[in-house]
Amino acid sequence: MKRAITACGAVLALALAAGTATAEDKLKVCFVYVGPHNDGGWSEGHEHGREMLQEALNDKVESSYVENVAEGPDAERAIERLARSGCGLIFTTSFGFMDPTIAAAEKFPDVKFEHATGYKTADNVTSYNARFYQGRYIIGQIAAKISEAGVAGYIASFPIPEVVMGINAFMLGAQSVNPDFQVKIVWINTWFDPAKEADAAKALFDQGADIITQHTDSPAPLQIAEERGLHAFGQAFDQIEFAPNAQLTAIIDNWGPYYIERAQAVLNGTWETQSTWYGLKEGLVVMAPYTNMPDDVKAEAQATEAAITNGELHPFKGPIFNQAGEQVIGEGENLDDGTLLGMNWYVQGIDDQLPQ
Amino acid sequence: MGMIEGIMLTIITAATPLLIAALGELVAERSGVLNLGVEGMMAVGAVCGFAVAFETGEPVLGFLAAIAGGIIMAALFGVVTLIFVANQVASGLALTLFGLGLSGMLGSAYVGRPGVGMGNLDIPVLSDLPLVGALVFGLDPITYVAAALAVAVWWFLFRSRGGLVLRAVGDSHASAHALGYNVIGVRFMAVLFGGACAGLAGGYLSLVYTPQWAQDMTNGRGWIALALVVFATWLPGRVVLGALIFGAVSILQLHAQARDVAVASQFLSMLPYLTTIVVLVIISRNRLLLRVNTPACLGQPFVPDR
Repeated sequence: MKRAITACGAVLALALAAGTATAEDKLKVCFVYVGPHNDGGWSEGHEHGREMLQEALNDKVESSYVENVAEGPDAERAIERLARSGCGLIFTTSFGFMDPTIAAAEKFPDVKFEHATGYKTADNVTSYNARFYQGRYIIGQIAAKISEAGVAGYIASFPIPEVVMGINAFMLGAQSVNPDFQVKIVWINTWFDPAKEADAAKALFDQGADIITQHTDSPAPLQIAEERGLHAFGQAFDQIEFAPNAQLTAIIDNWGPYYIERAQAVLNGTWETQSTWYGLKEGLVVMAPYTNMPDDVKAEAQATEAAITNGELHPFKGPIFNQAGEQVIGEGENLDDGTLLGMNWYVQGIDDQLPQ
Repeated sequence: MGMIEGIMLTIITAATPLLIAALGELVAERSGVLNLGVEGMMAVGAVCGFAVAFETGEPVLGFLAAIAGGIIMAALFGVVTLIFVANQVASGLALTLFGLGLSGMLGSAYVGRPGVGMGNLDIPVLSDLPLVGALVFGLDPITYVAAALAVAVWWFLFRSRGGLVLRAVGDSHASAHALGYNVIGVRFMAVLFGGACAGLAGGYLSLVYTPQWAQDMTNGRGWIALALVVFATWLPGRVVLGALIFGAVSILQLHAQARDVAVASQFLSMLPYLTTIVVLVIISRNRLLLRVNTPACLGQPFVPDR
């Protein structure tokens, strides 16, 4: 036993020594993924960001990742291992890594941590997220213009603020075109189950929707839309390959610019704790080419995208009413970020009960 | 396409992979082998099917590859549990974990690629008949295979001599052995059949249901198939019923949500499991029949004495 401990200590010391040696040469930037790096969804989005970072700062940065890290205590061990091995900047890319990141950060005050989609920060922990709702407002507008039935289907995962915010943004966008637009919502209680997503898409189409959108990760709903000759929107990626005639556009996660900016900040010595929520303007949210739609719809979508990008239009601009008809915010004001991040109510016109 | 027709078609599609996998497992269990690796064999079937169809552009070859993938995994299980007499429960669980990991590795190059799907039948005139047209003559070809498989399994088990031997091996391997039957041989074939079915069910997911490959896309369907076999008391007809009930409730709950029925969506998501179990338990409550139909040697290792 004693010998084992000594051996472990020696290995640790070696690892530490090796770590410091490389850290002096280049900044080591490490990523923690919740799924495989090529999951075709969330984690792969971050992996693309890492590749962009490596390409942009190739002579100053050495990046690596650990994949398939379970949310929970294992995550803390994985993060600590990275910190010990000489990583100077660590991105933890799933909501469930929030507390493990904060815990690990306390033990390694000299290492910089960045956690995606959470809300906790510390002296050496920044949190970052993307304003996907901006894209959802645009696709809501497109849906209202393209739909002949005036009914869209929405495949939702879990009733958390991020998802509710997306539904509301979609609806507000649609209502800006057609105040009587309807949305049918189906909760499937999973982020990823292609067959279940396909079933939900079929159910929504059978119930009279002629356009669907989703807050789940697989391209299965797009394939169903393609099969039925109807329309849908891509999620997280440009999924046009799966639905060349059905995809109207897609809301793309583009983390690369942010990763480059933050690694550069560490290199410059200007890195500071912050809560970042970037969107279209900063290029973190990107719209895929507008396809399969008439030119006038495309032109309006581009105009809306430009207006959101330059700050003229806020998707959650007042007046906004909730389902009970109460005014949440008045004319001339926008909902603040805090309200958006805690959103647990539907806007007026959504004919559904939010699961509690 | 009318709404009712659409709903029925979707239910049949949802039931098909469960039915195919469950029929295979039923045969294996009737021979006395409990293979908990259905999920893993399905995953390997799904990735093999997708990869071969993608490379060759031929969905039929994809399905053959899916079946082959399932058989190879099952053979591995057969060697470990029947020849080396390892614990079946532990080996089956290991097979599931191994299959899920292996499929992820094999399939890493195919993530995010649109697959080669297999369309539905379209027989002139017949498929266009009102109401029954699409439901009887317009399904995807594998659904017909599944239906034929259910009848064939029933016929084999209860109407053929081979089936009698297989059931004898499952009920009392010692007696079957004493009568001169090759217990290990029969069980190995049954396990391979189970693998072939699980592979085909996996291929159905990655080629028909959603023509794409992603890790863990089987999402527990192998486990549902396993449960169906037990709750259906090892009877093929009840497996068909169970698969259809499960498919029906899981589809109808989505429709209920789309129509804004005021029931918690979490509860609705749970409903397919609950309904299927309740219905099958109720129709299987005859103790005597249950005892007759349960393979008495299920999960027990057999070492022939000399």
